[in-house]
Amino acid sequence: MNYIFSIGRYFLMIKGTFKKMTKRRVLWNLIFQEVNDLVIKSLGIIIFISFFIGAVVTIQTALNLTNPLIPRELIGFAARQSIILEFAPTFVSVIMAGKVGSFITSSIGTMRVTEQIDALEVMGINSLNYLVFPKIIAMLFYPFAIAIAMFVGIGGAYLAGVYGGFLEADEFLNGLTDDFTPFHIFYAFFKTFIFAFLLATIPAYHGYYMKGGALEVGKASTTSFVWTSVVIIIANYIITQLLLS
Amino acid sequence: MIKVENLHKSFGETKVLKGISTTFEQGKTNLIIGQSGSGKTVFLKNLIGLFEPNEGNIFYDQQKYGDLSTSNRTELRKKIGMVFQGGALFDSMTVEENVMFPLKMFTKKSNAEMLHRVHEVLERVNLNEANQKYPAEISGGMQKRVSIARAIVNYPKFLFCDEPNSGLDPRTATVIDKLIQEITKENNITTVINTHDMNSVFEIGEKIIYLQDGILAWEGTKDEIHHSNNKDLSDFVYSSNLFRKVRQAYQKGL
Repeated sequence: MNYIFSIGRYFLMIKGTFKKMTKRRVLWNLIFQEVNDLVIKSLGIIIFISFFIGAVVTIQTALNLTNPLIPRELIGFAARQSIILEFAPTFVSVIMAGKVGSFITSSIGTMRVTEQIDALEVMGINSLNYLVFPKIIAMLFYPFAIAIAMFVGIGGAYLAGVYGGFLEADEFLNGLTDDFTPFHIFYAFFKTFIFAFLLATIPAYHGYYMKGGALEVGKASTTSFVWTSVVIIIANYIITQLLLS
Repeated sequence: MIKVENLHKSFGETKVLKGISTTFEQGKTNLIIGQSGSGKTVFLKNLIGLFEPNEGNIFYDQQKYGDLSTSNRTELRKKIGMVFQGGALFDSMTVEENVMFPLKMFTKKSNAEMLHRVHEVLERVNLNEANQKYPAEISGGMQKRVSIARAIVNYPKFLFCDEPNSGLDPRTATVIDKLIQEITKENNITTVINTHDMNSVFEIGEKIIYLQDGILAWEGTKDEIHHSNNKDLSDFVYSSNLFRKVRQAYQKGL
């Protein structure tokens, strides 16, 4: 019953977010601030993770391809497919559920605890629009971060594969371009947009409706990370089933 | 003026407000007092529109709040200033930005005009040395002053204060009380203060209502408290030795 209540309230929150818009001049500043906090400040960790994940995927693939009949180009092909289809959009999004998600939940939750949200409401401001809408818009820039993750991941794969002595540069590049399906890029970015929306709204929900004090802010951040990850994983399955199967 | 008629508020099976009717007059400091759990905060949150009453009406200068459309409610809220118990200042903004916030949201003033008004109100609350500081960098008393400045910057007609001097030393608390009273008189606004500080009651209480278990158990002026036959009110107000002595002195005509 609680789950149904929460799901219903989540959708009502989304509806409320797009009502009674905040003054445009104020909103622009908020959006730029959120782009900086949520996307630009996440680039460092995204680049770091993507590079090493790309490298590890290549090494693992190379070490497991022991049959001499299988061409070594397959290492580049496997690295491209796994990074573009899953590691960049999904794996990075789960990491971001921890980083961006807990930031959103704790910042909104703290505002709830310290009555800052009440202060907005008393002034006649739609607090949902003021707090959540800029985050949703800012997260539209998240796919750019994922594009960077794809490039860096493939870069990591190339360096680990070629300079690790697992295959030649030509072999890697041939595998990378072999049997390329542009639709896979569409699929990857389509689900990234969905994940971006989930990353902005689920943590916001947990922060906005939290009750209690500082301890509950911490608990809400943890719950928000768990639920954002779970929903991303389920959404990933559904999107994959619908678009690729 | 704010008129409250037969206000009821429940949370599930728990009835918190059980039919409160009263009037808060313009140009006066109206105080709501009562023990913890008597319904003071819920009453105040109904007055400022954070809670919807289950039954009853609230009139702001003859405007019935329950009948107002969403846009008219928003317009009315622009005339409300609120000082929260903890200040509720925006952490990410400086003192100046906090005070400027209502002007930015609701007026078309230029930046220079807004700054002029911000400096004016900060000066009024005797705080002009902390404009560029963040709330975390200033004291509790200063935070309360910033909160008052933010509440009055857009010329409100109604000012609500939730325990404005809680957590402050007695001297600063008196300064804050006096400031709120002066601002009320200067701007002829309707001020409603939720407090359980007896110093505030005897310093600035022009009209006092006493809530007990969700009902209005007594209302009157600070002088009338001394003659009240309401035992619960007397027990509440004269719970400290100091105030018992004040009453004795008052009754002896000292």
